[in-house]
Amino acid sequence: MRYLPQTDDDRAAMLAAIGAAGIDDLYVDVPRAAWRDGLVDLPLHQGEMQVERALAAMAGRNLHGGNAPFFLGCGSYRHHIPASVDALIQRGEFLTSYTPYQPEVSQGTLQMLFEFQTMIAMLTGMEVANASMYDGASGTAEAVLMANRVTRRHRAVLSGGLHPHYRETVETYARYGEFEIVSRTPSPDGRDDLIDAIDEATSCVVVQTPDLFGRPRDLSAIAQACHKAGALLVAVVTEVVSLGLITPPGAMGADIVVCEGQSLGNPMGFGGPYVGLFATKAKYLRQMPGRLAGETVDAEGRRGWVLTLSTREQHIRREKATSNICTNSGLCALAFTIHLALLGEAGFTALARLNHEAAQRAAERLDAVAGVTVLNESYFNEFTLRLSRPAAGVVEALAGKGILAGVPLSRFHPDDPGLADLLVVAATEMTTADEIEALAQALAEVLA
Amino acid sequence: MTTQSGNRGLVMDEPLLFEQDAPGRCGVDLEAPEGRALKLGGLERKEPIGLPGLAEPQVVRHFTRLSQKNFAIDAGFYPLGSCTMKHNPRLNEKAVRMAGFAMAHPLQPESTVQGALELISTLAHWLTTLTGMPGVAMSPAAGAHGELAGLMTIRAALTARGDARKKVLVPESAHGTNPATATLCDYAVEAIPANERGRIDIEALKEALDGDVAALMLTNPNTCGLFEDEIIEVARLVHDAGAFFYGDGANFNAIVGRVRPGDLGIDAMHINLHKTFSTPHGGGGPGSGPVVLAESLVPFAPLPYVVVDGEGFRMVEHDPSGKSFGRLRAFHGQMGMFVRALAYMMSHGADGLKQVAEDAVLNANYVMARLNGAYHPSFDGPCMHECLFDDRTLKDTGVSTLDLAKALIDEGFHPMTMYFPLVVHGAMLIEPTETESKATLDLFCDTMLSLMEKAQAGKAQWFHESPHLAPWRRLDETAAARHPVLTWTAREGKNAVS
Repeated sequence: MRYLPQTDDDRAAMLAAIGAAGIDDLYVDVPRAAWRDGLVDLPLHQGEMQVERALAAMAGRNLHGGNAPFFLGCGSYRHHIPASVDALIQRGEFLTSYTPYQPEVSQGTLQMLFEFQTMIAMLTGMEVANASMYDGASGTAEAVLMANRVTRRHRAVLSGGLHPHYRETVETYARYGEFEIVSRTPSPDGRDDLIDAIDEATSCVVVQTPDLFGRPRDLSAIAQACHKAGALLVAVVTEVVSLGLITPPGAMGADIVVCEGQSLGNPMGFGGPYVGLFATKAKYLRQMPGRLAGETVDAEGRRGWVLTLSTREQHIRREKATSNICTNSGLCALAFTIHLALLGEAGFTALARLNHEAAQRAAERLDAVAGVTVLNESYFNEFTLRLSRPAAGVVEALAGKGILAGVPLSRFHPDDPGLADLLVVAATEMTTADEIEALAQALAEVLA
Repeated sequence: MTTQSGNRGLVMDEPLLFEQDAPGRCGVDLEAPEGRALKLGGLERKEPIGLPGLAEPQVVRHFTRLSQKNFAIDAGFYPLGSCTMKHNPRLNEKAVRMAGFAMAHPLQPESTVQGALELISTLAHWLTTLTGMPGVAMSPAAGAHGELAGLMTIRAALTARGDARKKVLVPESAHGTNPATATLCDYAVEAIPANERGRIDIEALKEALDGDVAALMLTNPNTCGLFEDEIIEVARLVHDAGAFFYGDGANFNAIVGRVRPGDLGIDAMHINLHKTFSTPHGGGGPGSGPVVLAESLVPFAPLPYVVVDGEGFRMVEHDPSGKSFGRLRAFHGQMGMFVRALAYMMSHGADGLKQVAEDAVLNANYVMARLNGAYHPSFDGPCMHECLFDDRTLKDTGVSTLDLAKALIDEGFHPMTMYFPLVVHGAMLIEPTETESKATLDLFCDTMLSLMEKAQAGKAQWFHESPHLAPWRRLDETAAARHPVLTWTAREGKNAVS
């Protein structure tokens, strides 16, 4: 019981001080019918070595991006995380601190959040950003709710190029929220009739860039059409590294920008925890969900930071809050901030270019394989292949050869025959020439 | 005392990252790009981003210095009621960094991630066994997200039986997330008062329980630190009215291994892995909020979920029955928190977890006994894992609960939870957790007693100016809200936004 400091003597002394005969005296308010004799049916306590061994056995049964040629993307990306990121986030003063509600003893987290918010605003081309959301998908749902509040309208139009998990998440939040979702179907040939779907009831249009197929999207015309109709444009970015090379959504007219921030500082980790980035225009600040760190001074006039504008939040406003979110992704936001601080302007833009070039090399090589066609004319670090056979079976066969080939779109849409042959392939700065060659040769064998 | 450098001994003045920028400087060595033509469809970025350039030693020092301005469990006692700030074992951190977990992608073929799926399945088994509930939805990202999952599951079940109920009942003492979540599910919120014993008022509940009530959301042990001793009757009344009983499991630490929520008549309850099961709070997250479910609710649970059959583990991402209410986030859940929580649970085992609850309850009752008299416990009888005081012994001293909490900072303790729950005047909610020693609790209690003496001795001004010794004095929160400065910009050094 290495995590428990009380000795039996301590316990006896404390019970005596309380005036209780035994621990059961302190549970007298539990109804007798719910008392249980003995222990629940689970294993007994174990030492660190035994637990580590058991968990290592489970970890050892996974193929992963560290021991196999690897090409998956679609909202989670394999990037190199500098050693100092993980060393710093494991400092106990960050790892084991609480939400910074007491600013006098939380300036470390608060200053970091202010730096994080500033970086997010810079990357997205927006004026303000919050202190993070759970992930990109739930952040997108919150953006739609916010657009409904801002416009007082209740109809959101979702691009067919939006990540299917994001679309499903928005649909879930809408399910009982009395608003309508119009979802375009994913279209590999680039059709995505968004402008025609905008009308006087539309609160927002949600567009992902680069989209599900990997295509960077020019948002300018959609932004204009939105604004003409009094609707907001919500831009979604699942690969935040793309913002090192692509025009930010804010510069193309977006009103709310949501990103998945996993790519910087955070491992793929089988899907979480990740960090949702959320930015908007200053005029919509008071409709924004989530925590915000703001600058102020202390009683001696020293610059410092506090959590601010909390009258938007559930712990103050209860049922009238802008969101029910409380805990967010603080430690993931810290990892993001440290990684981006290490990269800086020069490193981040170079990293983006390396990703783009790795993807170009992969696309060129794979396009030369018989039975494989690259669909994209443009892409950042992932693109879509059309295979001569259903992609899910090909991916399974390649996994059997120890290669993690990409994401078959049938994983999201098992019933759409138009997507069955499509495989989304990502390459990053970590993708080696050997990995690309291994995938190309194995694909050629499987498709032969 | 002021210094030339702005530093004060070990407390270093640390500028913002942006104030340490040198253009072109970089803390990462990357390969040189080939210089290929871009294939971005003409969308290449034309303006610089504005990110600062720092070398690795500067970044490491920056964040090390920032960390030193934080209070943390590793460094001291956090008597923060309702938050369960317990020790965060480093074994958890080691386990989550194993490459087989950290480097696995959520969309790999199931055949390549059997170990990861086994971990989720094993954790689910521990959670359902500890709660006595047949099912669990693992994907919610935090407690409030779990509440949303639970209420949506309930709404889906009601909708399936053609029952369009419009209200959710929430006690006045509830966490703010409860009413906010109910609103998000488009329910009207009706508050139920507490009785004079700090529990839900059964008579008021009976009156409110009409055919329009979808659910009661009740935290148990409740936010006054008390076990809802009439909970079985509460469950019966709720079920007789055709409604569901949602349990907020934020305070599960008091009863884990000893009492199963399933035996209390609860239909759905989220569990904060970042409270009871020791995953770190990380300065505000990430959390994880799995929801355990009664049999009647299991078919309506969110996607995705793990099942096991003869072939091994599978992830169900598309609902064959059409009953699930849908997906709440991308991918499968807070896997990193799952690994940490399971490492913790396996370390404690069935015996250790029971001891966790008992020591947590013992510690809270010990603090209550030691402070009783100088402080006024809001309710009689033993408490669970946290003890609640009101501010009546501060009456006429000119010292508020906030002042007292800020004075605690000078003594090296994090303030307790203040002004929550709302049903008690000037509330002070103290949760020691099981990982604090008797010596720490004694020092804390001695400190609390001496502060009360000081307050009653007329030292109000000293309290108003507290903290005196913290790295920062009281910060002006009003000014921060009146003229929000939420980002840094190069032009003026700051950017006022309102």
